[in-house]
Amino acid sequence: MEQDYSQIRKSALWHDRLRSAVTYLLLTVWAFLVLFPFYWMILTSLKSYGSYNAEHTPAFFTLTPTLQNYRDAFTAVPLARYLMNTVVFTVVTTALMLVVITLSAFAFARLEFGGKRLVFTLFLSLMMIPNELVIITNFVTITNLDLRNTFPGLILPSVTSVFYIYLLKENFEQVPDELYRAAKVDGTSDLKYLCRVLIPICRPTLITVTILKVIECWNSYVWPRLITDDPGYYLVSNGIQEIRENGFGRENIPAMMAAVVVISVPLIALFLLFRGKVMEGVSRGGTKG
Amino acid sequence: MEKRSMKGWLYLLPAILFLGFFMVYPLIDVFIYSFEEGYNSASQTYYGVGPYNYSYVLHDPYFLQALKNTFLLVVITVPVSTGLALLISVGLSSIRPLRKLYQTVFFLPYVTNTLAVGLVFMILFKKTAYTDGLVNLVIHWFGGSTIDFIDGPYWAKLFVLCFYTIWVVMPFKILILTSALASVNQNYYNAARVDGTSRLRIFVRITLPMISPMLFYLIITGFIGAFKAYSDAVALFGTNLNAAEMNTIVGYIYDMLYGDSGGYPSYASAAAILLFVIVLTITCINLLVSKKHVHY
Amino acid sequence: MKITLEHLTKTFPGRGRKAQEVETAVSDFTFEIPDGKLIGLLGPSGCGKSTTLNMICGLLKPTGGRIRFGETDVTDLPPERRGVGMVFQNYALYPHLTVRQNILFPLQNLKGKDKLSKGEMAHRADEAARLVQIEELMDRKPAELSGGQQQRVAIARALVKMPHVLLLDEPLSNLDARLRLQTREEIRKIQRATGITTIFVTHDQEEAMSISDLIVVMKKGVVQQIGAPQYVYDNPVNLFVARFLGTPPINVFAGAIRGGVLCLGDDRVLPVGNLPDQEVWAAIRPEGFVLDEHGPLRCRLSGIEVMGRDISVVSTHESFTGTAIRSIINADSQVDPASALVRFSVKPQKLLLFNKETEERIPVRG
Repeated sequence: MEQDYSQIRKSALWHDRLRSAVTYLLLTVWAFLVLFPFYWMILTSLKSYGSYNAEHTPAFFTLTPTLQNYRDAFTAVPLARYLMNTVVFTVVTTALMLVVITLSAFAFARLEFGGKRLVFTLFLSLMMIPNELVIITNFVTITNLDLRNTFPGLILPSVTSVFYIYLLKENFEQVPDELYRAAKVDGTSDLKYLCRVLIPICRPTLITVTILKVIECWNSYVWPRLITDDPGYYLVSNGIQEIRENGFGRENIPAMMAAVVVISVPLIALFLLFRGKVMEGVSRGGTKG
Repeated sequence: MEKRSMKGWLYLLPAILFLGFFMVYPLIDVFIYSFEEGYNSASQTYYGVGPYNYSYVLHDPYFLQALKNTFLLVVITVPVSTGLALLISVGLSSIRPLRKLYQTVFFLPYVTNTLAVGLVFMILFKKTAYTDGLVNLVIHWFGGSTIDFIDGPYWAKLFVLCFYTIWVVMPFKILILTSALASVNQNYYNAARVDGTSRLRIFVRITLPMISPMLFYLIITGFIGAFKAYSDAVALFGTNLNAAEMNTIVGYIYDMLYGDSGGYPSYASAAAILLFVIVLTITCINLLVSKKHVHY
Repeated sequence: MKITLEHLTKTFPGRGRKAQEVETAVSDFTFEIPDGKLIGLLGPSGCGKSTTLNMICGLLKPTGGRIRFGETDVTDLPPERRGVGMVFQNYALYPHLTVRQNILFPLQNLKGKDKLSKGEMAHRADEAARLVQIEELMDRKPAELSGGQQQRVAIARALVKMPHVLLLDEPLSNLDARLRLQTREEIRKIQRATGITTIFVTHDQEEAMSISDLIVVMKKGVVQQIGAPQYVYDNPVNLFVARFLGTPPINVFAGAIRGGVLCLGDDRVLPVGNLPDQEVWAAIRPEGFVLDEHGPLRCRLSGIEVMGRDISVVSTHESFTGTAIRSIINADSQVDPASALVRFSVKPQKLLLFNKETEERIPVRG
């Protein structure tokens, strides 16, 4: 009997070991697939133009790293300009959106007015509308308003998000009513209550929304592509496409990779800094794109 | 009372203005466009109303190509990425050391610029006059013959597109599934262990039903997302997707709207509405199926 | 089945930076649980009672000591080989399965020679359901049941395997007060009917006292006292056990023995035999007070609470350690709410003395 059980225990232990080895193997393979493109882009960006093109079989490391490609990326093509545009676009869009959605979420969560329910239902039904459906008219509208190749043209169509209004409204409603009544009793105005009480309490959600919006802005491609054809207004996504198609006057892949690295670094840095926040935010309300 | 009511609307005003101007109006307008025949964007005139735009789009070989590509992309990437993400999440949930590190690494594709990293994939898969590229090098090691994945045969290009799409969508799925797995109450597993339930049975009878709402959420958003694929394809094959035979429905819409072959908002509108109908239908089917199989 | 715990010990690795240090959850627990009894493991949260239960169940592996069921050493056996049924605190009913499927679940796990036919399984499930009176709920989902019904389903699921030992983790904590009374009676009845050795964990002393054959009082991983509920209540080994059992709680005074008499402040309350002079903790059960206009214990009256059959006199005393002394007096007694002073004499058998430092019981003779 005793013998029997120790046999069982031993085989169970062996099974556990095997299982965990297989698990780690699987995870490592995927981690490798995820990391390899990053490694390759950094590696390539450090190879000189000459040595890269001399490699018929790609080399997995380089003994003579050079920063020349980064210099080229900033001088031969207006990469700095693209970055600057993207930063302006991201900051302004996110800031405007925060104002717009905070005001609406507050109205839905705390203010009483006729037709509120109806309007809210209409808002929610807008969540179903895919961007592809409205982008056509928006393109025509912005063109007719002569806003092509301007920041307002880039920014205005994306400063509202029904989903974020919904997310924030839900959060505002979790703040106990008593706080609002207490503020009213103390003679606090609605706006002051919003700024002094609700916003600080709901800061985690606002941060979540901000992070999601920043990621979205930094990677946005379709709308900027439609609305800008002057490279002076390109964002990074369009910039990289431009670099790819007419970039350095010749197929300069190491310099292209340097540009890719420069474009990728800000978001990755943001992610590594606010890892928990970003992952929590994405799981609460994110999809790609 | 009247004043209070005004106040509410005042707070909503910016959102209503923006949504009205950039969502509601365009939504109505896109239907109108799609039925205006022979619309000329320069003079803003048209000469008829009817379903011609739809019929044009449905007979356009580029659209049919895009439709085929998109369907293949959906059918391949949604099951593969969801299954793979489930496998990885289960693995991730069962380990303790290094878990955070793996999680961080797996999330990286989410925060990268699709266009930028797509370029890296392109050079990894591309075969040029100078070099066969890294992937072909590996294929060569294993004794295969080299293929140009970017400018070569259709299946090779489709493979790269699917591969990159899966690479891009995995972080979100892994994240959602890992947190769904973590939210299953440990007591259920304890109860099952006391009853001597095998691992496989625990997974099939307990874990899967418990996370089924999240799984279906992922499948639905996966379908919707894959139907709207576009920038991944641009990243790999450049902006001229029709030439590469790799266009998607969304790509077709934008090409109709703008660019070398653009200037036809009516066709674009018709295609957009067709896409919307397809996505809506698939989503409804998904929801019906999930009602039958998802618990709660 | 008799259960024997021998020097059962469980330590967990310390959290955070001090990974070298260990937290002891259960320390050197030795006890023989007689066959067919209902045992209450009792203690405040974090006392190690749940850890003990999980070790008996097999979900946790002890760091030291042995567990025997009958004569079989089960210490190293996985849970499913021990023949235990367990009811979890929140029942752990699978929400996506019906009541019937939940009850069948453990039977479907059986393999090899233990495998049952469909008919046998259904029969066993019906039998378990009948025992806990949920036959008419078999096709519902757990979410459609009340808390009490869920509890019964959980018990049925634990019983369907015909376990040698039934373990219940805080079985009543998720029920409202009335249901709790009713359910604990039912647990008692089911235990009697099946004769399965049953161990349950609770932090509610009233619950434990009312249905257990034996209670085990634990504190910080160490067993304080084991015994029949009434015996432990009357003869606690230390101040902790005395305080833990009884509602309203026992009244603890900082007193002293002077010349063989217990003194509380200036009041010479009771002769306590030939104990040497010393500082003591004097604890008096609420029912140990007798209204007596010549009584030695003089308290300032702060209020009277009428509870129907009894009245509760709330008062204060200079040597009392808490905020208010609660004494339960027969409702026939007359107390003038307006008077400032109330005088009691103390029933000797309801007075317990404890060592000032060790808080161990000081036996009083004569």
